[in-house]
Amino acid sequence: MEANTNAAGARQVGTVVGDNIVVIRDLHYSRGHRKIFDGLNLEVPRGRVTAIMGPSGTGKTTLLRLITGQILPDQGSILVEGRDVAKMRRRELYQYRKRIGMLFQNGALLTDINVYENVAFPLREHTDLAERLIRHIVLTKLHAVGLRGAWQMMPSELSGGMARRVALARAIAMDPDLILYDEPFVGLDPISMGVIVRLIRRMNDALGLTSIVVSHDVDEISSIADRTYLISDGKVVASGSPEDLQENCSAVVMQFMNGMADGPVPFHYPAPDYDAQLLGRDG
Amino acid sequence: MTRILRDVWYSLQEWLQTFGACQLFLIRILAGCPAAFLRPRLIIKQVHDSGVLSLAIIGISGFFVGMVLSLQAYNSLTRFGATESIGVLAALALTRELGPVVTALLFAGRAGTALASEIGLMRATDQLSGMEMMAVDPVRRVVVPRFIGGVIAMPLLAAIFSAMGLFGAWLEGVVLLNVDEGAFWQQMQDQVDVFDDVLAGILKSFAFGVAASLLAVFEGYNSIPTAEGVSRATTRTVVLTALSVLVLNFMLTAVLIGEV
Repeated sequence: MEANTNAAGARQVGTVVGDNIVVIRDLHYSRGHRKIFDGLNLEVPRGRVTAIMGPSGTGKTTLLRLITGQILPDQGSILVEGRDVAKMRRRELYQYRKRIGMLFQNGALLTDINVYENVAFPLREHTDLAERLIRHIVLTKLHAVGLRGAWQMMPSELSGGMARRVALARAIAMDPDLILYDEPFVGLDPISMGVIVRLIRRMNDALGLTSIVVSHDVDEISSIADRTYLISDGKVVASGSPEDLQENCSAVVMQFMNGMADGPVPFHYPAPDYDAQLLGRDG
Repeated sequence: MTRILRDVWYSLQEWLQTFGACQLFLIRILAGCPAAFLRPRLIIKQVHDSGVLSLAIIGISGFFVGMVLSLQAYNSLTRFGATESIGVLAALALTRELGPVVTALLFAGRAGTALASEIGLMRATDQLSGMEMMAVDPVRRVVVPRFIGGVIAMPLLAAIFSAMGLFGAWLEGVVLLNVDEGAFWQQMQDQVDVFDDVLAGILKSFAFGVAASLLAVFEGYNSIPTAEGVSRATTRTVVLTALSVLVLNFMLTAVLIGEV
């Protein structure tokens, strides 16, 4: 069934070429003296699951923060629905964020309120819906992630996987057009990981969302992504379907996809000569 | 020598930058205050957290400060045969100075640290970023209610501190040291002025409430999102609040008395 969904999704990709919800052009961003992005170009097709992969420290989470306007680029443009995020005023930015959902690495649930109130939070903040309707929406979203029975629990009582599912229910509470996942599989056991993988795909297809998943879990992300970007040294080094990346002969891509310890991304952080340092001659 | 001067200059620049940032933060908070009053539940919760939960430490401290005041006053005034004046002495000391100042210092230690660490941990665990991503301004949703809660709680706590202090002074002076009760209360009634003493104390505690709450939320909101960063923000809250309260106290006293 899922394979059919993926196949259908893959067929649709061909029909939505040019219909990109996010378009990033010539993106430059530095933190201090360190260049994070150096002319990055990337497109996210509407209605699909797009994976952004890359070694740790390549700026994957930073890219999500740039897309959501939490930080501003030094140069280049980030167009979402044709509008440059960097040029949005504060009010426009908040209006834009009402239409996107984001799943943080740790869930970022509010720790002083229970699961139900966490999911209801954006509804209470942005709508004047009657309590009955809010209850209906919250229970529907919690049911979708399989945690309707946990509505009374506090975030401190949830496991890592449950916290991320509640955060996912909260992220879709306002029925967003675009949803961003920041390392959704980190620290999860295989069962929880499988649940989250299936939820990302199912939510995307059932709700007609566009999903951007930042991850370095090659197998999991390859099983659900329609398009994959591999970022290294501030640029996109490879893109295409997960199968395309598996067949890519580039040294960087091969090292990443096959999890090799050494290669273009060196095992050793730059350091002075080992012998000289041991003998105290490195100055 | 040049290096020392340069370090001093950099420190001064950094201090001025932080001071300016704190003032801008206050303006952002004040801009969010009218909307916050439309959601009184959030403010009531913060008055409870900052005020009600501080009652025990404030009440007990006030009681013992009053007892010590009474004991010291009795010990000194016995030489002049004016022990009946311990009531007015305790009342003036508590309402004008000790009530607002000691309450502010205790508030910084109990509620200020709680505010700074809570907001700092919210920053460290991405809760504030999460709110921003849900198009909710964390300053308006998290900071403003806590600031208002602290400003409301401080004068109330100072009043309770002074009342408990007077009770302690009465217990020590009248019950334990056998000072005449009629004189104790009569002199207090004659000498303590509602405007010059009580209102001045309330005014001071309000100003201290603004300073203590602002520093706590500012330090918490701008803390580095690590365990060390939150710990440093908490420590800075206590130190800066204590210094600010003592400096502000001198300035306000000079203005209220009209002499320097």
